Amino acid sequence: MNFVSYITSILERALVAGTPLLLATVGEILTERSGIMNLGLEGLMAIGAVTSLGVILGTENLFLGVLTAIAVGGLMSTIHAFISINLRGRQILSGLAISMLGLGLSGLLGRRYVGIPLPVYFEPIKIPYLSRIPILGEAVFTQNAFFYISVALTIIIWYILFRTKWGITIRSVGENPLAADALGVNVTKVRYICTIIGGCLAGLAGAQLSLGYIHLWIEGMVGGRGWIAIALTIFSTWNPLRAFLGSYLFGGVYALQFQLQGIGISPNILLMLPYISTLVALLVTSGATSRKRIGAPSSLGEPFIKGEK
Amino acid sequence: MEGFESLHSILKGIEVRKERKESKGELTFKSLDLRNITKRFPGVLANDNISLNFKAGEIHALLGENGAGKTTLMNILYGIYHPDSGEIYINDQKVDIRSPRDAIAYGIGMVHQHFMLVQTHTVGENIALGFKDSPFVMPTREISKKIGDFCDTFGLKVDPNAKIWQLSAGEQQRAEIIKALLRGAKVLILDEPTSVLTPQEAEELFQIFKRMAESGNCIIFITHKLEEVFKISDRVTVLRQGKVIATTETGKTDKATLARMMVGRDISFEVQKKDIPVGEKLLEVNNLFVRGDMGNTVVKNISFSIHRNEIFGIAGVSGNGQRELVEAITGLRKVEKGTVKILDKETQNKNPRDIGELGVSHIPEERLRFGIVPNLPVYENVILRDYYRPPFSGFLTLNINYIKEYSKEVVERFSVMTPSVETTVKLLSGGNIQRLIIGREILSRPDVIIAAHPTYGLDIAATDFVKKLLLQKREEGSAILLVSEDLEEILQLSDTVGVMFMGEFTGIVKPRETSMEDMGLMMAGSKKWA
Repeated sequence: MNFVSYITSILERALVAGTPLLLATVGEILTERSGIMNLGLEGLMAIGAVTSLGVILGTENLFLGVLTAIAVGGLMSTIHAFISINLRGRQILSGLAISMLGLGLSGLLGRRYVGIPLPVYFEPIKIPYLSRIPILGEAVFTQNAFFYISVALTIIIWYILFRTKWGITIRSVGENPLAADALGVNVTKVRYICTIIGGCLAGLAGAQLSLGYIHLWIEGMVGGRGWIAIALTIFSTWNPLRAFLGSYLFGGVYALQFQLQGIGISPNILLMLPYISTLVALLVTSGATSRKRIGAPSSLGEPFIKGEK
Repeated sequence: MEGFESLHSILKGIEVRKERKESKGELTFKSLDLRNITKRFPGVLANDNISLNFKAGEIHALLGENGAGKTTLMNILYGIYHPDSGEIYINDQKVDIRSPRDAIAYGIGMVHQHFMLVQTHTVGENIALGFKDSPFVMPTREISKKIGDFCDTFGLKVDPNAKIWQLSAGEQQRAEIIKALLRGAKVLILDEPTSVLTPQEAEELFQIFKRMAESGNCIIFITHKLEEVFKISDRVTVLRQGKVIATTETGKTDKATLARMMVGRDISFEVQKKDIPVGEKLLEVNNLFVRGDMGNTVVKNISFSIHRNEIFGIAGVSGNGQRELVEAITGLRKVEKGTVKILDKETQNKNPRDIGELGVSHIPEERLRFGIVPNLPVYENVILRDYYRPPFSGFLTLNINYIKEYSKEVVERFSVMTPSVETTVKLLSGGNIQRLIIGREILSRPDVIIAAHPTYGLDIAATDFVKKLLLQKREEGSAILLVSEDLEEILQLSDTVGVMFMGEFTGIVKPRETSMEDMGLMMAGSKKWA
């Protein structure tokens, strides 16, 4: 393997590995911008991965599989929304419960599917002309549909958050729900919508893992990616565009794992890499954000109590 | 949601302007009536069968003590609370206001005491929030233009691109007013609008009120300051314990009458302060620099000293470094540079307990956060300061019996209204909590008393009690640092006043030799004394 194709393949793998992180992170950014913290990503991704795979093994319909993952992710995050918004429960606990529920349920559902290779999966789509650009073009424009969709969704969500009236509404609800309420904004509705969309994206991220990346189901396949996405939400300072950087950086770490294993570095050390990188990233950003006043939405994790004293 | 419609128009590159429904606020506003409004909170009858009338073109003051039900009533009018019973009429037509959205549609706007603004957003973003006339895409650009027009009409100046947290309280208030007016408010409610302003800023605000009233709006402002009522209002309604005591034309009444209606008995405005010579220096602050929560320096080169038998007042609009200064002196905040000397010992960056043991008492600003432990009983809160040493505790155990006896004494001497010393403190009213804190802090005969906003939120009786107590301590030989936003209180009690602006003293003056106007100028930072 020559050097250029080596670089190209690392880059290409980095983007594949970064895509589920990007989807989950952007979903979490949207959720947290509205003031709800959903720590259930790991479980939502797992359940998304296993249900979409199950549907495809049954129907061989890719579209139906992805749709199922999105729907299940949205449905499970509705539970979180109900606990956090209506019952005003502890969001951290509810999120952890969703995470465990998703992991447990996916293990149970997925027992029959373990190791079965997929009959169909998302093939890379070569974009004409662009994919012939050396290195960058070959890596970026030969990805499967998940990659293109995730990029588009990230940009759309960024645009909505920072360039539209909805964005002002969502961010205001996350910063100061009292102010939004006093102007007639329905805080509950906004938070529900954002939490559910966030869950849908986590489900989609799960589908990417099983249908567009690993192509089979193994229990524990999500491997902490949900938690990394939560860290990436902080790392990207709640801005979808910065999530690109973080996701592909971590995608690169995953890609390197395999490459470095090839040159004889202990796989155990390599397996630790994403988690060590997460710690480092959090250490660096937490310090920087607290200095610059660009922090978490002010009412993140706090229930909104309307009306009565 | 108008999702598809909107996305569609993004593609076309056209701004969506939702068809402007003929809103009810665009009718000519004549009058607003509240009829038999009753609102009950657990354990409190906040509004008791209130009937009130407001007219177009008037400035109507709603006067009452804290807890009289003024804010609750206005929150009902603005749709934040729902009344248990009662009706609201606009132009003699019954209206149903179930949410702020309804209130806005009927042309009612409200500026809350604690501003309803998103601190990290710009003025434009705050105004565009939930605003039906702002475009879907790039809403703030359009809004900025509208703000410009408004500034000219009412003389409201504010930069639409500034972030809220960068603005002064006065500017934030203007943003709130514009927010309400842009939405077509004909009735504007303001809750204690002058509490965060310098006297000059308040004067500007009153001018804006006048212009708005002249153009046919109705201004309702909540206050507990009698001076303001006479300065600006056409009519005044006095509320006490949830009931309307009276509504009269301001010109036909006087201060004493209103005060009596407000409190329910005669009160004297006189505070007796004896002339006594000051003693030796007890507290000395030299060239103090302190950083704020955001890491920027918020106390800059502050120096002053306080002697025995002296009250040193610090005046200024809140947020000009007073809180950080107090926290630095009491050991709660790190001192960046400079010295604090208490009884000739350097105490900067010592811990609060060491400073307390030197004989310093602290009546803190946020009494629920720093003054008490809300979930503990009265007797445990009474000994929060000294629980670790005799006579309250022995080698290992607390002397519970002694503590309870001592607490009973505090409760009695400082007239804390509590069922027993075993009552959980959070169940007491604000005034009683303050009495408890003051009792704890000054019963030990402190040499230095640091009192931050000691009368904030207290009713007239409790305020009177606190003021007299501070003066008594002054006579007994304490050196007192008094921080307050209430300019009158500062001038009444202090022997010397330092005016703080942006972390610096803009003047250190004697109250008797200084006019209110000069104080106001110093509070706004425009006049410098050595």
